[in-house]
Amino acid sequence: MRHLLSTRDLSRDEAIAILDVAEDMADVAHREVRKLPALRGKTVVNLFFEDSTRTRISFEAAAKRLSADVINFSAKGSSVSKGESLKDTAQTLAAIGADAVVIRHGASGAPRVLANSDWIDAAIVNAGDGTHEHPTQALLDAFTIRRRLHGADSRGHDLDGVSVAIVGDILHSRVARSNAWLLTTLGASITFVAPATLLPIGIENWPVEVRYDLDIALAAKPDVVMMLRIQGERMHAAFFPSAREYSRIWGLDDERLAMLAADSIVMHPGPMNRGLEISAAAADSPRSTVREQVANGVSIRMAVLYLTLSGEGGKQ
Amino acid sequence: MTETILVRAVTLADGTSSDILVRDGRIAELGRAIFASADRLIDGAGLIALPGLVDLHTHLREPGFEQSETIFSGSRAAAIGGFTAVHAMANTSPVADTAGVVEQVMSLGDRHGYVTVRPIGAVTRGLEGQHLSEIGAMANSRAKVRVFSDDGKCVSDALLMRRALEYVKTFGGVIAQHAQEPRLTEGAQMNESTLSGELGLAGWPAVAEEAIIARDVLLAKHVGARLHVCHLSTAGSVEVVRWAKARGIDVTAEVTPHHLLLTEQLAANYDSRYKVNPPLRRDEDVRAVREGLADGTIDIIATDHAPHPVEAKDCEWEAAAFGMVGLESALSVVQASVVDTGLLDWADIARVFSKTPAAIGQLAGYAQGIAVGAPASFTLYDPSVSRVFEATQLRGKGVNSPYLSTTLPGRIMATFHRGYATVLDGELVDAETVAAAARAHDQAGAGRG
Ligand SMILES: [Zn+2]
Repeated sequence: MRHLLSTRDLSRDEAIAILDVAEDMADVAHREVRKLPALRGKTVVNLFFEDSTRTRISFEAAAKRLSADVINFSAKGSSVSKGESLKDTAQTLAAIGADAVVIRHGASGAPRVLANSDWIDAAIVNAGDGTHEHPTQALLDAFTIRRRLHGADSRGHDLDGVSVAIVGDILHSRVARSNAWLLTTLGASITFVAPATLLPIGIENWPVEVRYDLDIALAAKPDVVMMLRIQGERMHAAFFPSAREYSRIWGLDDERLAMLAADSIVMHPGPMNRGLEISAAAADSPRSTVREQVANGVSIRMAVLYLTLSGEGGKQ
Repeated sequence: MTETILVRAVTLADGTSSDILVRDGRIAELGRAIFASADRLIDGAGLIALPGLVDLHTHLREPGFEQSETIFSGSRAAAIGGFTAVHAMANTSPVADTAGVVEQVMSLGDRHGYVTVRPIGAVTRGLEGQHLSEIGAMANSRAKVRVFSDDGKCVSDALLMRRALEYVKTFGGVIAQHAQEPRLTEGAQMNESTLSGELGLAGWPAVAEEAIIARDVLLAKHVGARLHVCHLSTAGSVEVVRWAKARGIDVTAEVTPHHLLLTEQLAANYDSRYKVNPPLRRDEDVRAVREGLADGTIDIIATDHAPHPVEAKDCEWEAAAFGMVGLESALSVVQASVVDTGLLDWADIARVFSKTPAAIGQLAGYAQGIAVGAPASFTLYDPSVSRVFEATQLRGKGVNSPYLSTTLPGRIMATFHRGYATVLDGELVDAETVAAAARAHDQAGAGRG
């Protein structure tokens, strides 16, 4: 794997291979020495044009467990916020010898532009770009679902026959996009649940089902309910009239939590708005995978860094 | 002082073969085997002679954005593209909203001499959409402005648009509207479609163009004014204009070469050379604008030549500027999209890319095309060649062409502006020679007075 830009680029076998390597990485976390020498001498740059402490820390932990050198390059307060271009920044990182650039950017497609440019030769890992994709989040979600279903025997499995409801602001969600491509590639069936204002135009051409009514979607007893973070500001742009109305119609409250099948799971990419899109009880219930998702995130990011930086397909 | 030029055995737009004799800035004679002495003899075999192309929509950027383009560099880009007249859009700095600015733009064009530069005046002061600019002063100035546009921005306020249509009618002019409902296109990046949803780029919906055109044709009907629609880009817009024309509404419409050839699919890799406003649309839209041009719903082709410095495109999609350069490639793209596909013939091209845009801009000298007594503004085009289009073929300052490294048909071999050459043997005539010829032409004209 040269770069990881989009889950859409991944075949079923490639996706399973990443999840399986992540299983190996997860095993390391239980050892006494939680460090592998795999990326010793490699330099990983976390290039974050948007604040996301959670994602940055996860990538940083992943790189360090693989013995890579990590440089955190935060755009806030640096020359980037003073108008330095993506090109100039990339050329700077090339000059200091970055082997991989983990990029979080507010503009959709910025990682692709970087990968297609001749500004830098490093492996590019998309850590979330605008409203486009967040591939490592979808991979850790798939990993989490697979572990809940298959436990210690997860290796080699896809998600055939798993039903997933993704609820909330699909229009602005890179998590929803990355999951739509990845989970369907792995054999799951996806239902998006949202008001029509928060669904992109042309959604009928996506490989997903669409419902406006959360209760009908939940009545179908999905194996996974993934709640997306809703941003309160959206109501000012007339996507919905009020947080209260949104919460009442599309929130996972205690009543809806009780409707779920016994073994179904509740996911959230975080950070959560408790009491808005998800109730405290739902967030803290045993069905919730929120904390597992965080732990699995490190394993997935270790796998992605390992696969892009070493062996075949990595930079020679 | 002016050259006598004889073009031998060239094919005219109607398909007939003819010699063209140019003397004293005008077409002196047409016909086979003209017997005359000439200072310059050109073999026209295999070439098509088209009346000088007239662009109703050019961004020359001067004054104010000379790092992108100047009147000089843009004039040269125009000449190498076969143009003999361009209409310079008003979104300069200062904005072309006073007689002073439009007169300056015109005289700079005259001095360089490659093409006739006709300034377009702003509809509203500073393009701010609040108050009418000094439309009367610009109309009555030496520049005799007849086309008014806030292009780049839409005159979105319905009452202001109504008043503008009425007031411009007073001076025999026309409003050229950049149809873009601003609220529906806040932050818009590309055509709104399944693809924009997948790419996570904010959509520029077709309805934002169509709704403004629908409103404006109804306003034009109500006040009995003339309306010109800039760079129409969607199938729905073609339908609205067709509907309006069927009801006798006085509306004309333009389409750009890039909207005749390219589709939104080119945005898939976030290559900002394909970022343009209005955006590239769907396949169905490309087919509809081609058909609209063929059946006369769309009156003209105009380039919307929009040069930008390299750094404005060498970045992520959302940070990139909107626009493409288009003068140098225009006729080749038109050949590829509507001539080679059999939709239009060369006589149609002469109409939609010379005669009609000149009529809309009220530019004299283009009504008859290549005819005895008419000013000798024409271009010689070789439609049989095919070339890989490269930055080295551009003559303006901008290299933001979407056609680089693609193969395009045809090449301009010579261009004559009012009787003197601006392009010979496929290359620009040098600036001093052209400027001297332009001065000689003006003095001869003044002498004949
Ligand atoms: Zn425009």
